[in-house]
Amino acid sequence: MPIKTVYSAKIEHLQLLDENGVLDERLAVVGGKPVLTDEEVVHLYEFMIQCRTLDETAFKLQRSGRMGTYPQNKGQEAAAIGSGFAAKKGQDFLVPCYRENAALFMHGLPMHYILLHWMGDERGNQIPEGVCMTPLSIPIGTQMLHATGIAWAFKIRKEPRVAITYFGDGATSEGDFHEAMNFAGTFQAPVVFFCQNNHWAISVPRETQTASETIAQKAIAYGMPTVQVDGNDLFAVVKATRDAIERARAGGGPSFIEAVTYRLADHTTADDARRYRESAELEMWVGRDPLIRLRKYLEKKDLWNEKLQAAAEEKARAMTAEVIKAAEGIEKPAVDDIFNYTFAQPLPAEIEKQRQTLRTSSLGQDPQQAGLQGEAQHA
Amino acid sequence: MPSLTLVQSINLALQQEMERDERVVILGEDVGLNGGVFRVTEGLQKRFGPERVVDTPLAESGIMGTAIGLAMAGMRPIPEIQFEGFLGPAYDQLVNHAARYRTRTRGAVTIPLTVRVPVGGGIHAPELHSDSPEAIYAHHPGLKVVMPATPYDAKGLLLSAIRDPDPVVFFEPKRVYRSFREEVPEDDYTIPIGEAKVVNEGTDVTVVTWGATVFECLAAMDKLPEDVSVELIDLRSIYPFDLDAVVNSVQKTGRCVVVHEAPKTAGFGAEIAASIQEHGFLHLKAPVQRVAGFDTVMPYYKLELDYLPDAKRVGEAVQQVLAY
Repeated sequence: MPIKTVYSAKIEHLQLLDENGVLDERLAVVGGKPVLTDEEVVHLYEFMIQCRTLDETAFKLQRSGRMGTYPQNKGQEAAAIGSGFAAKKGQDFLVPCYRENAALFMHGLPMHYILLHWMGDERGNQIPEGVCMTPLSIPIGTQMLHATGIAWAFKIRKEPRVAITYFGDGATSEGDFHEAMNFAGTFQAPVVFFCQNNHWAISVPRETQTASETIAQKAIAYGMPTVQVDGNDLFAVVKATRDAIERARAGGGPSFIEAVTYRLADHTTADDARRYRESAELEMWVGRDPLIRLRKYLEKKDLWNEKLQAAAEEKARAMTAEVIKAAEGIEKPAVDDIFNYTFAQPLPAEIEKQRQTLRTSSLGQDPQQAGLQGEAQHA
Repeated sequence: MPSLTLVQSINLALQQEMERDERVVILGEDVGLNGGVFRVTEGLQKRFGPERVVDTPLAESGIMGTAIGLAMAGMRPIPEIQFEGFLGPAYDQLVNHAARYRTRTRGAVTIPLTVRVPVGGGIHAPELHSDSPEAIYAHHPGLKVVMPATPYDAKGLLLSAIRDPDPVVFFEPKRVYRSFREEVPEDDYTIPIGEAKVVNEGTDVTVVTWGATVFECLAAMDKLPEDVSVELIDLRSIYPFDLDAVVNSVQKTGRCVVVHEAPKTAGFGAEIAASIQEHGFLHLKAPVQRVAGFDTVMPYYKLELDYLPDAKRVGEAVQQVLAY
């Protein structure tokens, strides 16, 4: 009896804009229309400059003691902005980890919220009403399950909404990564799993993280469409994400996108990547910087020039100054806030007592506890 | 008024709340077609459909994590973890996410979920099917923890838990799932979380317990000399717990024995004892005693009755505080 192949698969890699800024015009279309109009590309490029400027300024804020530990996003702007752009604002739900600021900004989060978060202020997580996202998630991969649950609720209520969740290559080793995709596949939840394969999980390289040839192929086991895209190619990211979102919206269930990109900065401001990675590798990826690539494309099409660049950079600096002003201008939270959100009001009596007294020791608080001395005084 | 077991009462509460509130969904391993391994969800999938009573893949973190997502999106999920020993994989989601979300978002995101978990020993179950981890969850700010012992209390507390705007760990003492019946009203009623019940009024010694050991304490009382007057308190809620009920009772009796299945050290009895000395120091006539599981790994079932606090150990402790 011959041995049969019961399953085989292939993983496609999508690139529309190459490293020299040349676009494959034939492939960069959806339904007969270009993936992005010229106006959209210019707008998104300007937005990238703003996000990059804020990111680099955030680094300086940490270095000058004005902000706590901060994880830079530098290098991953095309992946974040492209996917964020593909999601419908006020409708689709973003479930990020902590290196997708640009996607969140794209989706309506006021920029100073992110600074507030890293300035040690929970109000940075207090997502405004109508902005559809969860706040940054610190443990690795756990938020993917929340995205599956949120998408599942959309499906139960028959709402035409999609959740998109972000995570890195390191997260693919976590159990929750697999559980989230397995649940999503089983329930056909409208969720897009967007992996930012930036090649490094702090000091551990992608090759050490998994023996899998691609990250994208992991999704095959959970029965969902999957693709690898050039994560530094804005056009490829927008196209792949839009495909996945629209498929989910139409009832086609979950999808997986592996965006191949690179963490150009350290893991966080507390890290020094020179300890573990070669400068040659970093230089190679600096050459693939999504901003440089998009600028080349725009200049070739005469949509951009030095003057526009200078104006955009100036605008980004001014905007960043405003964002920092908003984050630093907010008054210190009330000490009461430590207590007030542990549960819905009214708080349990013990917490309420701690709130009122700012003590956990109790002597002197409770008349019944007056003791012999107290009783003598009362007498 | 129907006379129901604990299992039937929880089933009734689930059924009525699903009727009342279409946001309620049940998810877990074997909860659908099979009605749960203890049959607590029996018939619910047939009645409400597989979209609302959902057999999930076998993954506890997945169950808890997707339940959190459902809650974030406005549903009222009731995940079931099949046995308390399997809360481990769900711990990260429950403690690091569900418990913290209201605080970390300053109220913008809340997680109204009720996780149902069979708890405790005494049913000759395999390893990791007999533990009592309530103190672990009571220690995590942001979680409420309850453990009803009777069918009446179970329905009222479960309805409170489901309607609570914050995550609640609802422990079900499996040893008494079917051990007796009690009249349970068909009507809607709730028992507030945080309110203890005085099972028996007394004047000489206060016994504080919760879960299946309520019945060990009652058995102990039967065997005590007739002139010993025990005030038995079923705590029902572990967090927040009813400090006033405990302190008021001990101020009256001057003596207290706390009984629980979980290991003694850092068990919730320690919190009760500390609170009693803090708020009733001058009323105490004897040191507060803890009759608890030993500080050992829960043994396999041949020795489980030697491990669990029983009527004899409770009775001895009561006699000792009286003789102090």
